[in-house]
Amino acid sequence: MKHLLSTEDLSLSNAIRILDTAEEMAAVGDREVKKLPALRGRTVVNLFFEDSTRTRISFEAAAKRLSADVINFAAKGSSVSKGESLKDTAQTLAAMGADAVVIRHWASGAPHRLAATDWIDAAVINAGDGTHEHPTQALLDAFTMRRHWSKLAGSASIGADLKGMRVAIAGDVLHSRVARSNVWLLRTLGAEVTLVAPPTLLPIGVEHWPCKVSYNMDDTLAHGVDAVMMLRVQGERMNASFFPSTREYSRRWGFDDNRLRALDSLGLKDTIIMHPGPMNRGLEISSAAADSPRSTVLAQVRNGVSVRMATLYLLLSGETREPAATPGTAASNAAHSTKESN
Amino acid sequence: MAENNGTYLIRGASILGAGAEDLLISNGVIAARGAAAAAHKDAHGATVIEAAGLVALPGMVDVHTHLREPGREDAETVETGTRAAALGGFTAVHAMANSNPVADTAGVVEQVHSLGRAAGWVDVRPVGAVTVGLAGEQLAELGAMADSRAQVRMFSDDGLCVHDPVLMRRALEYVKAFDGVVAQHAQEPRLTAGAQMNEGAVSAVLGLTGWPAVAEESIIARDVLLAQHVNSRLHVCHVSTAGSVEIIRWAKERGINVTAEVTPHHLLLTDDLVRSYNPVYKVNPPLRTDADVQALRAGLADGTIDVVGTDHAPHPSEHKECEWAQAAMGMTGLETALSVVQHTMIETGLMTWADFSRVTSTAAAQIGRVTDQGRPLDAGEPANIILVDPAARWTVDPAKMATMGRNSPFAGLELPGQVVATFYKGHPTVLDGKLNTPYRESAAAAAGAS
Amino acid sequence: MTSVTNAPVPARVVLNQADIDRALTRIAHEILEANKGSKDLVLLGIPRRGYPLAVRLAHKIAAADPTVDANAIVGQLDVTMFRDDLSHQPTRPPYPTQLPRTGIDNKVVVLIDDVLYSGRTIRAALDAIIDFGRPRIVRLAVLIDRGHRELPIRADHVGKNLPTSSTEKVRVRLEETDTAADGSVVNEVVIEGGA
Repeated sequence: MKHLLSTEDLSLSNAIRILDTAEEMAAVGDREVKKLPALRGRTVVNLFFEDSTRTRISFEAAAKRLSADVINFAAKGSSVSKGESLKDTAQTLAAMGADAVVIRHWASGAPHRLAATDWIDAAVINAGDGTHEHPTQALLDAFTMRRHWSKLAGSASIGADLKGMRVAIAGDVLHSRVARSNVWLLRTLGAEVTLVAPPTLLPIGVEHWPCKVSYNMDDTLAHGVDAVMMLRVQGERMNASFFPSTREYSRRWGFDDNRLRALDSLGLKDTIIMHPGPMNRGLEISSAAADSPRSTVLAQVRNGVSVRMATLYLLLSGETREPAATPGTAASNAAHSTKESN
Repeated sequence: MAENNGTYLIRGASILGAGAEDLLISNGVIAARGAAAAAHKDAHGATVIEAAGLVALPGMVDVHTHLREPGREDAETVETGTRAAALGGFTAVHAMANSNPVADTAGVVEQVHSLGRAAGWVDVRPVGAVTVGLAGEQLAELGAMADSRAQVRMFSDDGLCVHDPVLMRRALEYVKAFDGVVAQHAQEPRLTAGAQMNEGAVSAVLGLTGWPAVAEESIIARDVLLAQHVNSRLHVCHVSTAGSVEIIRWAKERGINVTAEVTPHHLLLTDDLVRSYNPVYKVNPPLRTDADVQALRAGLADGTIDVVGTDHAPHPSEHKECEWAQAAMGMTGLETALSVVQHTMIETGLMTWADFSRVTSTAAAQIGRVTDQGRPLDAGEPANIILVDPAARWTVDPAKMATMGRNSPFAGLELPGQVVATFYKGHPTVLDGKLNTPYRESAAAAAGAS
Repeated sequence: MTSVTNAPVPARVVLNQADIDRALTRIAHEILEANKGSKDLVLLGIPRRGYPLAVRLAHKIAAADPTVDANAIVGQLDVTMFRDDLSHQPTRPPYPTQLPRTGIDNKVVVLIDDVLYSGRTIRAALDAIIDFGRPRIVRLAVLIDRGHRELPIRADHVGKNLPTSSTEKVRVRLEETDTAADGSVVNEVVIEGGA
């Protein structure tokens, strides 16, 4: 694994490896010294073509906990005519010796371009590209779900997948990179995904996705669900006729107080409510739902740092950046090489 | 090569893929064909071209080329674009109107026309804009362009759709006055706002704004009905969907005077390539699905689609070395068209070389009303001829092309067929697969006078 | 030790199960003796094979001193993130670090590893320990010391000193972490290769 560009092509073993490593990274937060020297001397550039303070500080905290040097590069020029081109920016970062580029871009595929061209040789981490993918968000969501799912099963989360877990992802799937990354990763981890959205906010071609599609939130809840992930909906979508009004949207597709109560009456006592943030309280999620004990919103933020530490560590620490083997064999190989080289 | 009065004896070429015959070219025309060629009085002293194993075809006529001049000489010039055309086996190209300034006046089309004549590689036929500045609001002076020295017969806002139905109706009506044709870029603008690629399974995964087939098909459906209503002539540029083929087939069955074109890239490439996010695959209309590719091939083979048009669209590298959404739309195509059509249509058994000459030359010349091109290879006809080695195979390398554009989607692909020689008005612009010299009217006149 | 042939020799067993057990028993008693009892003792095994050795030692100490709860004094210390060769090796996923509930502040920490070689793993372990707290004393116990030190580090307790060539490989196989090719239980130390 040299880059993390999408979850669509992330293998099960690599996904588990990132999640397992993130578990170890999470433990660092409980230590007296919340910092590891693993990436000392490495330079991580946060290249943000689109504002996202949350994602940027999460990556920044992750890199710093691993002792990497962090450079924040807010490149807001959005067109070739106005600003510097992606190519020039990439070559500039290469000249500065960046070992990893964490890129957030409004254009789908921009991280793929960085990784596929010879503009820069650094590891590329997709921190959200257009309406394409946001793989670290999906990984932190899966991490959060896996902890919950393993706890219910009474087993350790290390090495576990999400087989049998029923996840509903609700909202503006069409414009959501979070939804896409989650659909692919959750499929890989064995969860059963249902997308719930107005038909206008589902992409043409969704019928080929490895998930079910529903237009009805209440039916989806009634069928039983272990996690409900609410996607952020932009009120402006109303102006492009994706839905008639925010009121109708929130009534039909939002997670409101009635639906929160419905979880109890349906006997779904362990169902969690997730949201990638930032939330539109009162639109796609009610305050009562967001603040309920079912809500994992803050845990997701916390887990984001662990998952991003794991990603940076796994992409940057190795010399060969070889495709990862299964955790088991990787572990025993590492143990042997310890004795041979040391 | 000694001075030879412009006389060439082509020996043993397979005419349109049929039996081997000789052709004698003299004074810009085919002086004789078959056994009569070697016996002809002009054959003595003619330069002999051994053409055993080569196919002789009428010079290709492109109904859809972007030469970029005037205005974007950093992308292509008439000189470089027509060199590429000659190497690709063309003897005429229709230069699209979206230059800067737009070719919407007699002055601009005459400028392009004269640049073409000065270059001397192929016949450059300017296409006039339908509307002033391609703005889609007001008819350009179509009559003035038709009457100009450029004798424009094809009008198009290509790159943009004449989406206003009233304006389209008027344009179709108006061009009847001088036997013109409106070449429509069928793209409903509201359905394609911000569109980046074909809307379907791949766009859903890639998160790129979809470009639905219906945006093309709805305009074609409207336009064929308009053409029927006003009894005029419609040409549909770069048909890209299976549905479009169906609509055009339906229109032709009803006797509507519509012709259609398909690009080589839409005959071969699919939207799966966009998974790379490499903007070399970004084009308007977008690459579609394999089902569309198959329908386009079938449509071209059965005559529903009349011609192959390259939509040769060179861009400077900085317009492709960027994010997908930032990148310019378009692909080069002049130097790969013959090979791609041979690969997709002839090697698949869908067409013969005679069919090839129809879709790349005869029908194209008729659409553009280019009277001295797309003619049979018979005695007395203008000598616009190409010799093709169908057995050759080559690997596409954009860096070696004559076009300034490096944006070939076929880079690295091994393709069949090589243009060995191109004769334009009896003069070899290409010999041995390499550029020779351009056609010079004065020289030809001198040769004719001697 | 210098007369190893180039022929493909089978691995030579240098310690068998009984040897390992005797060595660990001796080390357990040495630890108690050096510490003048079991007070404040913490055993931290370094993954992978240092940890099962630490567990075995803890049980032996508990056997010798009934006041000791073996499970309460043993822990695992992962040093992966502290290694100085991270950029020269394939990526290693980290192992969990689990300290005894008592923590390590003011404790006598005995680091346990299977083989002491260059000393770099122990260097990393010393850095890792400091991030968790401040032990009163840190000692080192290893099953095998094969020489070839690259850092000024020495073990306080050694199961067996094993002079080796640097081309040889020392493999420790423990039933907790390894299985033999035939699936049977193994507890042995072997030397492979060499020239």
